[in-house]
Amino acid sequence: MSDSPALLRATGVSKSFPGVRALDDVHLDLRHGEVLALVGENGAGKSTLLKLFSGIYRPDEGAMELDGAPMSPSGPRQANELGISVIHQEFHLMPDLTVAQNIFIGREPRRAGLIRDDELVRRAGVLFERLGIPLDPRQPVSHLSVAGQQMVEIAKALSFDARVLIMDEPTAALTETEVDTLFRIVRDFVSPRTGVIYVSHRMDEIKEISDRITVLRDGRYVDTLPTASTATREVIAAMVGRQLETGVRPGAASSGSAPGADGREVVLSVRGLTTRKLLRDVSFELHRGEILGFAGLMGAGRTEVARAVIGADRSTGAVEVQGRAVRIRNPADAVRNGIGYLSEDRKRYGLLLDQDVVRNVMLSALPGMTRAGFVRDADGRRVAAEMVDRLAIRTPSVTQTAKNLSGGNQQKVVLAKWLVRDCDVLIVDEPTRGIDVGAKDEIYGLLTSLAAQGKSIIVISSELPEVLRLADRVVVMCEGRVTGTLVGADATQHDIMELATRFGTDRSLVTTGDSA
Amino acid sequence: MTTPSTTTARTERAATRFGNRQQLQQILAFAGLVVIFAFFSFASPYFLDWANVKGILLATAVTGIMALGATFVIATGGIDLSVGTGMTLCSVMTGVFLANLGLPLVVGVLGGLAIGALIGLLNGLNVSYLRLPPFIATLAMMMVAQGLSLVISGTKPIYFSDVGGFDQLAAGELVPGLPNAVLIFFAAAAIAGVTLSKTLTGRYALSIGSNEEATAISGVDVRRWKVVIYTVAGLFTGLAGVVMASRLNSAQPGLGLGYELEAIAAVVIGGTSLRGGKATILGTVIGALIMATLTNGLRIMSIPQEWQKVAVGIVIVLAVYADILRRGKEA
Ligand SMILES: Nc1ncnc2c1ncn2[C@@H]1O[C@H](COP(=O)(O)OP(=O)(O)OP(=O)(O)O)[C@@H](O)[C@H]1O
Ligand SMILES: [Mg+2]
Repeated sequence: MSDSPALLRATGVSKSFPGVRALDDVHLDLRHGEVLALVGENGAGKSTLLKLFSGIYRPDEGAMELDGAPMSPSGPRQANELGISVIHQEFHLMPDLTVAQNIFIGREPRRAGLIRDDELVRRAGVLFERLGIPLDPRQPVSHLSVAGQQMVEIAKALSFDARVLIMDEPTAALTETEVDTLFRIVRDFVSPRTGVIYVSHRMDEIKEISDRITVLRDGRYVDTLPTASTATREVIAAMVGRQLETGVRPGAASSGSAPGADGREVVLSVRGLTTRKLLRDVSFELHRGEILGFAGLMGAGRTEVARAVIGADRSTGAVEVQGRAVRIRNPADAVRNGIGYLSEDRKRYGLLLDQDVVRNVMLSALPGMTRAGFVRDADGRRVAAEMVDRLAIRTPSVTQTAKNLSGGNQQKVVLAKWLVRDCDVLIVDEPTRGIDVGAKDEIYGLLTSLAAQGKSIIVISSELPEVLRLADRVVVMCEGRVTGTLVGADATQHDIMELATRFGTDRSLVTTGDSA
Repeated sequence: MTTPSTTTARTERAATRFGNRQQLQQILAFAGLVVIFAFFSFASPYFLDWANVKGILLATAVTGIMALGATFVIATGGIDLSVGTGMTLCSVMTGVFLANLGLPLVVGVLGGLAIGALIGLLNGLNVSYLRLPPFIATLAMMMVAQGLSLVISGTKPIYFSDVGGFDQLAAGELVPGLPNAVLIFFAAAAIAGVTLSKTLTGRYALSIGSNEEATAISGVDVRRWKVVIYTVAGLFTGLAGVVMASRLNSAQPGLGLGYELEAIAAVVIGGTSLRGGKATILGTVIGALIMATLTNGLRIMSIPQEWQKVAVGIVIVLAVYADILRRGKEA
């Protein structure tokens, strides 16, 4: 097995950016017919390595081979021509163009110089049919949800005649059913002449889909392990370089310090929240020092609740903050009333990508950081440095541009921004999306300790274990309505799923026994 | 945000909504034009005179042609400040070719177009390869073109009186009653429309304006295409220059400054986003018609020129605000 050439191989590759050695003498071997998982903490260098394969970056040292032949793609297009298709962690879509136009950008079929859009639509339709993706090719991408956009990226990658399919955290924005679709697509793709590199922070997915696991740490190669005979614990140990407890509800810490509903002052009360599109009569209360989970399937309306509460979308209903009726017309009103919202879509709503860490961290706290109208930059740098420490944000300096941080570290910057603002109520939407296991733990710890300090937190999450681990109470939603509220200590995944699938009356008799 | 069960339904709804929106955008702009038209026909008995309408169309032609080119650049999220004085330089060079050098008519006209393409090419190279912001690159070109026009012409107008038939290019009437300049404008608009919606040049212009980095990652040679797009825009500048020269039967080197802003205003009134990614030629044509109708109507009503400017400014605000409201509803 060892002397047949690998499908794709990197030997001793290194890549540096100003102030960062992102990759240092890294090896990777992708065999024919396998799914190779690539894991590592945020900033370990996974995305950078993939960008070498796709020709976005050139390695400083080292060599790459495709089927034994040396390879150094000069850019994404050449990588595609070589048969390497990459789905990057960041979306690369043109929101104003349609789905079909996006998929075939740079390869438009033409007749007499004119683009044949009907043919584009047809080809995209055929592709979607083959992949089982329910999207309309004529729809502009700006109308799609994050999950829909991810599906477009996947379809685009598979529209090339690829032999190597590389996916950088493709499931970060997907629901369970969509993950199933993706896995089916991956399995269909794998054949003796193809292979897949799969980057993810979700250990259960890696267990399910991969044959071997390559581990990176701090830009260095650690090991490659066979998935079947390796315990998750060992993979994590290799990633972080130490043992780590995960998936355990820190019973004492959370439920001990935050008794939840009983007797605590209500800091946020929402009554009859309704929006034109989705929400119907949503009511809930948030107590001081409480972590309130919001669970539900994608599209259940959890993010919509958050957006309505902070005034980003129009809604009717009554909102009280600390017992005072307030009218929140826009997010600035919300912040004034001490409510912060950390968006699930950090690229669109969370970060100033072209600005440095300091600017990003300071943004929502600026009014408190001026003297006589002038921004006190020194304070900002100090605060940003504190946050970088506290959240273990991996960056060469606080003046690094946000866009140059790894995906997970960008997420931490967004979190830092709201911590600095020191809101009484913090709504966090998918707070650990794209965050590695170690950092996840840190963020859980952070949210719990914030609650212990008397802050109130709403956690919206699609990962049930996350909700169960953090929340004192869980509000479950389905189709824009609240279908039940569970007390965290007693709730199980099964309970939540049962409530989350309680669709309208006509379907209420359908049993949901298989969903747990 | 979608579950499989609802995706299809949502998809269809979104698709129809999108179709409606596109139509709505054009209907609204067109309705605006009709309202302005109706208003002036009531306000002044002379307004609906064919001679006056012809005047409006003639006035639309030159700024309109410039606006067509500017639409491509604005679609990329860029801006072209050089179309006004660039147009003048093209007029002057056409004058040099025809009146001073006595070249054949066709050669002179093509020469004028070529100068326009050259201006666009240089803009494109500066933006793409020197990575100058479009505002700066075309601002510089605006000054260079203005200066060159004056130098080359010796600050004096060049007359085409001895160039037989040149004035017929704009003033002649292939279709009786309709000046050729207007025909040229409509033909240019048709070509621009197809180019924007059906060719790679247009598709990549919108794509770059929508997300430049993503376009590049997708394997489109963004720098090269930007050069192409600016060059195409330059061709329209050249055409505007030739038509302008023919209409005046002279090249006026002092003219041009300020035209670029009128062209940009026409594009913006037509619903093209200055942020790029969204543009329609029909919108630009209607925008140019609105600008010309407004100026003409106000003049007919004997509103002083200073106040005409004020009115045009207000209309720009209203038009763009209407567009924003429309988009806001859709989001
Ligand atoms: N263009 C760039 N300029 C400067 N530094 C960069 C650039 N791209 C990546 N880096 C740095 O290189 C390191 C590796 O980043 P990379 O994106 O490869 O991490 P990752 O393993 O993909 O992390 P994540 O799981 O968070 O996505 C990080 O420290 C990051 O800040
Ligand atoms: Mg990454």
